[in-house]
Amino acid sequence: MPINYILPEFEVERSDYRCIRCRVCERQCANGVHRYDPDGDVMLSDESRCVDCQRCVCLCPTRALKIKHNDGALRENANWKQNTILEIYKQANTGGVLLSSMGNPEPFPVYWDKILVNASQVTNPSIDPLREPMETRVFLGKKPHDIRRDSAGNLVTELPPQIELELPVMFSAMSYGSISYNAHKSLATAAEQLGICYNTGEGGLHEDFYPYGKNTIVQVASGRFGVYKDYLEAGAAIEIKMGQGAKPGIGGHLPGTKVGADVSKTRMIPQGSDAISPAPHHDIYSIEDLRQLVFSLKEATEYKKPVIVKVAAVHNIAAIASGIARSGADIIAIDGFRGGTGAAPTRIRDNVGIPIELALAAVDKRLRDEGIRQNVSLVVGGSVRSASDVIKAVALGADACYIASAALLALGCHLCRTCQSGKCNWGIATQDPELVRRLNPEVGKERLVNLLTAWKHEIKEMMGLMGINSIEALRGNRLMLRGVGLNEKELEILGISHAGE
Amino acid sequence: MKRVTVHEEWCLGCHLCEYNCAFANSGLSDMVKALKNTAIHPMVHVEEDGAIHYAVSCRHCEDPLCTKGCISGALTKGADGVVTIDRNRCVGCLTCMLLCPYGCIVTDENETVLKCELCVTNGRGTPACVEGCPNRAIVYEEVQA
Amino acid sequence: MNYVIVGGGPAAVACIEGIRSCDRDGSITVISKEPHPAYFRPLISYYLEGKSREQNIFCRDDDFYRNNSTATVFGTVTSLDSDGRTVALSSGEVIPYDRLCVCTGSSPFVPPMAGLDTVPRQFTFMTIDDALAIERAVDKNTRVLIIGAGLIGLKCAEGLLDRAGSVTVCDLAPRVLSSILDDDCAAIVREHLENCGIRFSLSNTAERFDTDTAYMKDGTTIEFDVLILALGVRPNIGFFKDAGGMCNRAILVENDMTTSLADIYAAGDCVEQYDITFGAKRIMALLPNAIIGGYTAGVNMAGGNRRFDNAAPMNSIGFFGLHIMTAGTYGDASQMIEEKGENSVKRFFIRDNKLIGFIIVGDVKGAGIYTDLVRTQVDLSALDFDMLRKDPNLIPFGQIYRRKTLRGVV
Repeated sequence: MPINYILPEFEVERSDYRCIRCRVCERQCANGVHRYDPDGDVMLSDESRCVDCQRCVCLCPTRALKIKHNDGALRENANWKQNTILEIYKQANTGGVLLSSMGNPEPFPVYWDKILVNASQVTNPSIDPLREPMETRVFLGKKPHDIRRDSAGNLVTELPPQIELELPVMFSAMSYGSISYNAHKSLATAAEQLGICYNTGEGGLHEDFYPYGKNTIVQVASGRFGVYKDYLEAGAAIEIKMGQGAKPGIGGHLPGTKVGADVSKTRMIPQGSDAISPAPHHDIYSIEDLRQLVFSLKEATEYKKPVIVKVAAVHNIAAIASGIARSGADIIAIDGFRGGTGAAPTRIRDNVGIPIELALAAVDKRLRDEGIRQNVSLVVGGSVRSASDVIKAVALGADACYIASAALLALGCHLCRTCQSGKCNWGIATQDPELVRRLNPEVGKERLVNLLTAWKHEIKEMMGLMGINSIEALRGNRLMLRGVGLNEKELEILGISHAGE
Repeated sequence: MKRVTVHEEWCLGCHLCEYNCAFANSGLSDMVKALKNTAIHPMVHVEEDGAIHYAVSCRHCEDPLCTKGCISGALTKGADGVVTIDRNRCVGCLTCMLLCPYGCIVTDENETVLKCELCVTNGRGTPACVEGCPNRAIVYEEVQA
Repeated sequence: MNYVIVGGGPAAVACIEGIRSCDRDGSITVISKEPHPAYFRPLISYYLEGKSREQNIFCRDDDFYRNNSTATVFGTVTSLDSDGRTVALSSGEVIPYDRLCVCTGSSPFVPPMAGLDTVPRQFTFMTIDDALAIERAVDKNTRVLIIGAGLIGLKCAEGLLDRAGSVTVCDLAPRVLSSILDDDCAAIVREHLENCGIRFSLSNTAERFDTDTAYMKDGTTIEFDVLILALGVRPNIGFFKDAGGMCNRAILVENDMTTSLADIYAAGDCVEQYDITFGAKRIMALLPNAIIGGYTAGVNMAGGNRRFDNAAPMNSIGFFGLHIMTAGTYGDASQMIEEKGENSVKRFFIRDNKLIGFIIVGDVKGAGIYTDLVRTQVDLSALDFDMLRKDPNLIPFGQIYRRKTLRGVV
């Protein structure tokens, strides 16, 4: 084998005392790291293939395995970090664009972690969510500007179409193709049970999942894969994907190897062909063009479905959102730069876009300042990791959050960030039937339902301690937030005071 | 009765069921101690051929042939429906193996018969293969005829 | 309803259970020749070998007969009046019945042999009493001569090898287990038994005995202390045949276990029934068939409706760790497929694309899957038999079959 300069990133540490040679690790590793050698009755490992997905570690019945970082190899250098050097080797080997997946792993500030939540003490009572009713239900869509009455003086209660959610969390867009059938089924069935929505992503809707339509957001992206009338009518809402936090400014790319018979049928493209979404929508070069697509979709679905416009959080996000709010869209979804992906050029994933916390605060403020906040609901995603992130997002002005990485983690993802290889050992980001069957959607559904049931409890707990019994009353309530370790500018953009103020 | 059912579409072919079974019936409290450097004789086994793989264990037939053929009265079907083996009576003639249409009778070094007893007799209550299956491909559930 | 069962072996026990599955109230009387509760006859060799303890050889718990309200009469039936619906015992007692089941089994067959009466210590090997008597007669210095290298003779040889000074088996047939093995497989078994210490004298038999010496056909002599006669068995059909019941070598039964006489059923080693692999009725004196047949008879006697319509001969037997399994017939096969492994031979006999029999010596794991093919007479062209012959598993049967069997109730 030619020398490729690349040092294994990980080490397989196997306790020979504990190893009983059951070979589960060998059978479970799609990357071929483990191998049994009958001559020596010993398990061998090829570290260079290891992606640190932890599948073998989790399934080893005697806990004989540990995957560790191989950090001993290169001389320490604060500038030339090991990964930076390895990337150079990789590019020198192949001449190709580096690909990565899941979200930006670089040590940028996580503002959620620098924001703290208030609690009631003495002067206002907190609420015990186990004793008092707590409302976490939200409605996403355009709200009326003011109260209107008809000629008889009765309140006009008719609203534009809304999405009703039992808690302000949805599963965000992941296409069938980027993730497996069973992952999609887990999401669809969990969304139904939770009374929330999942999102098809740009890969169309598999015919088996039409029955989950009222819990489905169907996406229309620049590639228009799988879009036709029944698809648009199938969902609870339609999302126009203008951008994605992990790769703002470029389109998706599903390699032909993942376009098998079923994906091909769902996407309506030939089997084996690369599914390349153009970077822009070629019919959208302005807010006016966007408005045309929004209304085309509304027209096609008889104005019964709210239309979401999803954009990546980029520098001028406030102005962009203002434009979208005027385009006729009912909901704006903003995807922060830490959002995940099934595959993106590493440089783009790690260097483009802005944090969702700042984008959300800026957009909410801008829309309020312009008096058009009620025109749209705001949904934010791009690494919402916990119930407290949700609480903080709502307090910063979000109507709901999109989660995807958290959902995949619940399904078993260990964030090895090699989705692009298609060899997901957890059966999530793969189309290999042998790997796909590793995710039993019955189990997947239960885990997703468990996750969000736990979050719902936590959200209620945190609402209660703030003395708030309806999530609607928390929205944009930035007085409930304080920053720690943030500079003046950051606090100004977030619209919050520093702790102690 | 509650039976072990096999959901082939979710089988990973990991063979963990075999090891969990062997451990559960070893009488030892540590899997390494129980299974290290020994041939295992699990009462559930995985059959595989390429993309096909699934676990098989005793079906606890309504009208079991093994109990009928047993020349020593060691195999019996209890009132709870569980077919159990009395290894003190078994003489290892393997007539049950000759009769079982599912290949679910095994033997070990003692040359007497072992078979799945749904972890009823080893004091567990829930079959170890079911509890340890990472993908719910083996389920312990009520199944009516 | 008054049920009478003649014979007290496993078929009778199964018959009682069959009756009681339909009728909790009728009276059941068992007429047994042997003064024991039903026991598993094949265990007597394991008893000699020390693998089975005496108290473990009985078919059912002590309270089985009481729990099933069954009365036992110890005695021998001498005649049957099928019109008057009575059986008469040698004691003179006459027992009436509404339904009768004949489970009389078989008895050792000993042909007339010159000088046999001069042998002081001679035994047959059929009952627990035989085994206990042999146990008493044999010690570490005893030279045992067994006439007959069939299942009974060889199991007896295995059981005695450790107890006796030497064990020699002779048989007129040129091979061991001639009723269930072909020449090649028999040779493997014989070699194994010889390696374990059993001596053979095949194609040879004793022409005459004198006290402790057998004068053999080939002119040699074999000296012995204990003689065991295992030349075969004969079904006990006397009173049934005398009453006009249809018999061939044994009582002819239909697949509901009825005989030619009204309200008389039969099961176990004393019957001939349809062998699906052979295409005709024959004796299949095997424990599984006795149990299934007895139960079927019992159910039908009590007004139920049950068939035993897939009977086939089958044997599982092991000697010193070498297992042998056979099923069905071999003679009519149009094709024989052999699968040889390390220390193992499998021979499959196929006719009209159906498995009609097999012999396995050595690797018997999962052989029940083959037996099932014999019992169900599945068309092999729908299966990947090349895979099955190597390793019995459920893959060739397809997903629908597996779904039915592994997820449903079978």
